[in-house]
Amino acid sequence: MRHAVNFLVGLIFGLGLLISGMANPAKVQNFLDLAGSFDPSLIFVMASALAVTFVGYRLVLRRERPVLAERFYLPSASIIDGRLILGAAMFGVGWGLSGFCPGPAIVSLPLLAKGTLIFVPAMLAGSVLAACACRERPRRPARWRKPSSESRNPRAVLFPGRPRQSWYNPPANPRCD
Amino acid sequence: MTVTEFTPFASSLGGALIGVAAVMLMALNGRIAGISGIVGRLLPPYAGADPVGAACIVLGLIASPLLYQAATGAPVVQTVSDQGGLMAVAGLLVGFGTAAGGGCTSGHGVCGIARLSPRSVVATVTFMATGFATVGLMRHVIGG
Repeated sequence: MRHAVNFLVGLIFGLGLLISGMANPAKVQNFLDLAGSFDPSLIFVMASALAVTFVGYRLVLRRERPVLAERFYLPSASIIDGRLILGAAMFGVGWGLSGFCPGPAIVSLPLLAKGTLIFVPAMLAGSVLAACACRERPRRPARWRKPSSESRNPRAVLFPGRPRQSWYNPPANPRCD
Repeated sequence: MTVTEFTPFASSLGGALIGVAAVMLMALNGRIAGISGIVGRLLPPYAGADPVGAACIVLGLIASPLLYQAATGAPVVQTVSDQGGLMAVAGLLVGFGTAAGGGCTSGHGVCGIARLSPRSVVATVTFMATGFATVGLMRHVIGG
């Protein structure tokens, strides 16, 4: 049942991308081209998706737990650090170059455009590379390792040398976002 | 560059469907509909939970254009660059960037902002800014 829901969610999400025009890289790039052939359609995609999700999440997250799972799996990270900003910046450059973000790229796979068939494997490789950056650390001598449960969390280990705090969140006042 | 038509109605409808899918996933399975994270759960080092669930979502995404074409009887209109080197570099940047930054347009841009997560607001502003800058440079400075 849970997996039928997952499949259906993927299907509806994909149809949304296709109907909205988000699955057309030319449309995305025209949205990003303020000085040229600006196509504001994607503002409507974003606004409409956000409105539904904003209201929907508020209703749903009032519940004790989801219908088919034992708990809500919400991201617990709340720190705004260089990794978040650098990662997002890199993503934006790739998004602008290709007009693809991950959802539309996956949805475009069965349409078999040459660019898609090059983009998706490269995207998967990039994702593995970033995740592997966190795997480097446990090979250090044991005395350098952090024995905490953090070492099992790839997000925490990706750049472990850094203090887990930033200008945004002083460590004295941790919060979950 | 390909000129595209302004489609406020279709885009709002499609956006609403994306929202419905995100709310459904949270209400039923308790998970965030961030596609980069979902795809990441299928890849080494397999740190994320529930790879089978992630695979089902990806299968649904892949099935969607087939259903779309069967239902409308028309092919999906898209213009994808066929410059191999450019697409490879872009793919690497998108994959690395979303994995390091913890989300993409769906995870940060829709689900994260809907939760008013400061991380997601910062990430979305950042990738929008570099996206605008990249297309601006590519089309108006370098002249693509």
